[in-house]
Amino acid sequence: MFENFINLYHGFHIAADPFNILLMAVGILLGVIIGVLPGLGGANGVAILLPLTFSMSPTSAIILLTCIYWGALFGGAITSVLFNIPGEPWSVATTFDGHPMARNGKAGEALTAAFTSSFVGAFVAVIMITLIAPLVAQFALQFGPAEKFAVYFLAFASFVGMSKEPPAKTIVSMMIGFALAAVGLDMVTGQLRLTFGSTELLNGFDFLIAVIGLFGIGEILLTMEEGLEFRGKAAKIDPRIVWKTWKTLPKYWATSLRSCIIGCWMGITPAGATPASFMAYGVAKRISKNGKNFGNGEIEGVIAPETAAHAAGTSAMLPMLALGVPGSPTAAVLLGGLLIWGLQPGPMLFVEQSEFVWGLIASMYLGNVVGLILVLTTVPLFASILRIPFSIIAPVILVICAIGAYTVNNNVFDVIMMLVFGVLGYVLKKTNYPLAPLVLAIVLGDSAEEAFRQSLLSSGGSLGIFFSNGLVSTIMGIGLIAGLWPVLQIVLNRFRRVAQPA
Amino acid sequence: MKHFNAFGLGAVAALGMTALSMLPASAAWEPTKPVEFIVPAGTGGGADQMARTLQGIIAKHSLMSTQLVVINKSGGAGGEGFLDVKNAKGNPHKIVITLSNLFTTPLATGIPFNWKDMTPVAMLALDEFVLWVNASEPYKTAGDYVAAIKAAPDGTFKMGGTGSKSEDQIITVAFEKAVGKKMTYIPYKGGGEVAVQLVGGHINSSVNNPIEAVSQWRGDKVRPLCVFDSKTLPYTDKILGDLSWSSVPTCVSSGVDVEYLMLRGIFMPPGVTDEQVAYFVDLFKKVRETPEWKQLMKDGAFNQTFMAGAEFKTWLEGAEATHKGLMQEAGFIAGN
Repeated sequence: MFENFINLYHGFHIAADPFNILLMAVGILLGVIIGVLPGLGGANGVAILLPLTFSMSPTSAIILLTCIYWGALFGGAITSVLFNIPGEPWSVATTFDGHPMARNGKAGEALTAAFTSSFVGAFVAVIMITLIAPLVAQFALQFGPAEKFAVYFLAFASFVGMSKEPPAKTIVSMMIGFALAAVGLDMVTGQLRLTFGSTELLNGFDFLIAVIGLFGIGEILLTMEEGLEFRGKAAKIDPRIVWKTWKTLPKYWATSLRSCIIGCWMGITPAGATPASFMAYGVAKRISKNGKNFGNGEIEGVIAPETAAHAAGTSAMLPMLALGVPGSPTAAVLLGGLLIWGLQPGPMLFVEQSEFVWGLIASMYLGNVVGLILVLTTVPLFASILRIPFSIIAPVILVICAIGAYTVNNNVFDVIMMLVFGVLGYVLKKTNYPLAPLVLAIVLGDSAEEAFRQSLLSSGGSLGIFFSNGLVSTIMGIGLIAGLWPVLQIVLNRFRRVAQPA
Repeated sequence: MKHFNAFGLGAVAALGMTALSMLPASAAWEPTKPVEFIVPAGTGGGADQMARTLQGIIAKHSLMSTQLVVINKSGGAGGEGFLDVKNAKGNPHKIVITLSNLFTTPLATGIPFNWKDMTPVAMLALDEFVLWVNASEPYKTAGDYVAAIKAAPDGTFKMGGTGSKSEDQIITVAFEKAVGKKMTYIPYKGGGEVAVQLVGGHINSSVNNPIEAVSQWRGDKVRPLCVFDSKTLPYTDKILGDLSWSSVPTCVSSGVDVEYLMLRGIFMPPGVTDEQVAYFVDLFKKVRETPEWKQLMKDGAFNQTFMAGAEFKTWLEGAEATHKGLMQEAGFIAGN
């Protein structure tokens, strides 16, 4: 472990080079712009800029590209809070309380809390990477299909069990999501499902299209019905808002810590940032004193998912480098870059290219600090967007949504799908069905199904594989308890009443 | 949406004509706007890595006057990407890289396309397949492993591979036939994931391409048993200890009579002119001379056969017939 610190010290030497610091600032700014435009996304941004980096040293190049990635992560929170349009899967949970806060005139507070929590999550994850890098890679190898399914199961179950909406409505919404996720190629049999001969449906429903429609367009339809008004219009712009919010944040240290742990755990297991953010939100809602107020603009509801998502996103970098398996499309593009610079991700990277690896880890520390400073200065600017009258901003949002939906696959059909999802989102909201389980199922449904069927293939059809070793049994056990929590609670309460008839 | 396309094409044609009129009359065809490079597979896989490397090489050495933009269209086992090219009749600003799904996807899913719906440009290389086991397993040779499979009941040994009814499963079926025992085939999304599952001991073996597993081999986590080619690989650079690609025996010599190579080739939409095809053949010839390309070939232990024109078409016809036969035998044809 001591060796790690020496390596890290050398890494800081490399990363703190003035040219590299400049690259960080440029990267973060570009990333924020990319993150604000939904659909453009980190992966496209990195891919477009990749060829520019071939003349740099590999370390400088990866610093620039990862900083674009960090910037895009920060930027994703901006649209989630202001317009209810999550740019990335893991920003969905941020909209639950972030957007209501903006409507209550607290956009500045929500943005500050989101940025600061992202920073805290990422920072804690980097410290963890520094301390236990080799162990983490080892642990990730334990995850076969059964273990992966257990983690997905836990994410779904905790959503059903922990949510305060009626479980039946949550399950209905989740099932619609599963049905949508099943469209396209069935990975296990290699045949098409539910495409009805249409070539447009070959690719299934892209998460981004669904989310831009359900949240972005749905929100605009709702606001139109309610009289064309942004309820956050009265927000006052105060340059000291960052400082004021910071003073309130230490109160929520317990939520932060819990979310960091959930995030790091989910990042190392290959489940990733999306289930981490949903789980952290669900757990915070259940445990927090203000849990009842979640969904109406509770600052803890912003802190929990943002911290967890970034802790997970950051700790997921490590298995990627050590095992050579990209955890996200952006990571895949970065991996492609590594190959061109002559670096081969894999178990030997840490041994043969330690200068590069530790330079990258050091740049995670510095990049996050630089990023936090940069994005915090933009908070008053972005918060003031909400002062623009809705009748002017709504068409702009619509156009941005349409462009975003088009860029995902360069396909006009996706823009139409986005509008259909918008109407669906409006109807579900009006009838009080929660949208989050639907989105969660679209994002994770495919992977969960795949893991489930891979497990059954390898066990010859026996469900026993989900309880075949300590790791998978533990995760499944926690999942079952989380999913059946409402039932358990009723039983427990009865039992208590019987035991203490007083 | 038709109108948008028509308008776009019109605008492009106008721009193109303006650009052309500025060139000397005798100049050969050259792209006048960014060229889309379709990858009919997801990010991070073998085809994607090769496409992005090509993009990097072409940008670094300024081999093209306009940009090359990589676009992944992986829906329907790559059918989405091939249909896109098939429907872009006469558009010379679009190329597609192929893998075996050029043959397997239409057969397995019934998605309506065939390589004859596109214009073949060139074969860049052929990708090898290697039989891998976890390094902690006792099997030192393909013979040891086959003996263990034969001794156990059907379905005991698990083979992991990329996708379903694709090249990996075709090889697995051929392998089963050669051994005379069934294995359990488990499909995963990408080759990198398969390699990691093998390292983690969740499957017994894989038929990863060299480039997908080489870094795990260098870390002494996996062991190559044999290569599914007619001769051993020519690459002698040391990878682990004294071992190199050239020290991996062929499967045929180990008593497993299976050979399979995968096409890494370039196609264009139908209806493009010979001049336009010639431009890209020439471009990829230049790419092959760069040190980065040579390094990629070495890292991935590729078979460096290059073909274009009539020779390439003949090869494609042969390969199509082979795939049809293999898929029919395995019962992978759609509608069965």
